[in-house]
Amino acid sequence: MDSSKIVLNPAGAEQESRVWIERLTAIGSERDAALAELHALLLRAARFEVGRRRAASSQLRGGDHDDLAQQSADDALLAVLGKLGDFRGESRFTTWAYKFALYEAAAKVRKRSWQGREVPLTAEAWPLMADDHQRTAQQSVEITERLAALGEAIERELTPHQREVLVALALNDVPIDVLAERLNTTRGALYKTLHDGRQKLRSVLAARGLGLDEHKEQTPA
Amino acid sequence: MIAPGHSNRDDLLARLTGPPGPELSCEECFAQLDHYVELELAGTDADTTIPGMRAHLEGCSACGEDHESLRALIATEARADT
Repeated sequence: MDSSKIVLNPAGAEQESRVWIERLTAIGSERDAALAELHALLLRAARFEVGRRRAASSQLRGGDHDDLAQQSADDALLAVLGKLGDFRGESRFTTWAYKFALYEAAAKVRKRSWQGREVPLTAEAWPLMADDHQRTAQQSVEITERLAALGEAIERELTPHQREVLVALALNDVPIDVLAERLNTTRGALYKTLHDGRQKLRSVLAARGLGLDEHKEQTPA
Repeated sequence: MIAPGHSNRDDLLARLTGPPGPELSCEECFAQLDHYVELELAGTDADTTIPGMRAHLEGCSACGEDHESLRALIATEARADT
């Protein structure tokens, strides 16, 4: 047996999930106890996430990390209770619930890390970075042509909003949650804009005979 | 200002054009992330069961990070239980 595989669904996992739902939809002290247990689980997950991101959030003070974890657990608890009807039992209930805490914690750390910072929405210059990959002369010409075509297409083919989103997310490394907050929209809506812009850029490359899929087929393994 | 992380042109090309093929939306990704991670950790073919997830995780760095975190947390807990 592959030692990297982890047994996640031992007998009783389904029953365990069912009990969670029953307790959380009960009334009185049974529900109160379940809420307290669930909050503790979510707080553990939030602390796990904040801990993973500690290096990326070094400007936060010591107590800030636990404050963020507490806020994330509180918000995740509300989100879990609001979405309880969506739980379909395809995973353990705890795995399903954890993702809400991780999502809240990650988004909060990203936003806190960018607090007070300007969000760059324009490219000051098309990046002319040194190419550190070993290439044949032809490969080097191809990628230069592709990037030149993309630079033109970003200016000419994308809508101003698509351009702004692509530049911020793909070129300037602005976290999507931070951009969503600044533009008063959602992660999903921004990613849709990014995706549509990328599709347009791929079409431009294909129309010029510089398509990425064509390139893969032509390149020997 | 251009962020300094784009160390090579392949990375830049990938960021600008995204993954090939159909991919899930962020909302669909979040809805199925727990199922996907458990399938992965159980050694099942998660990408056949949930097509479009892998492409989205490659194209959306935030969802990709959420995936890595959930996978790491569940793996850590599963090891602690054994």
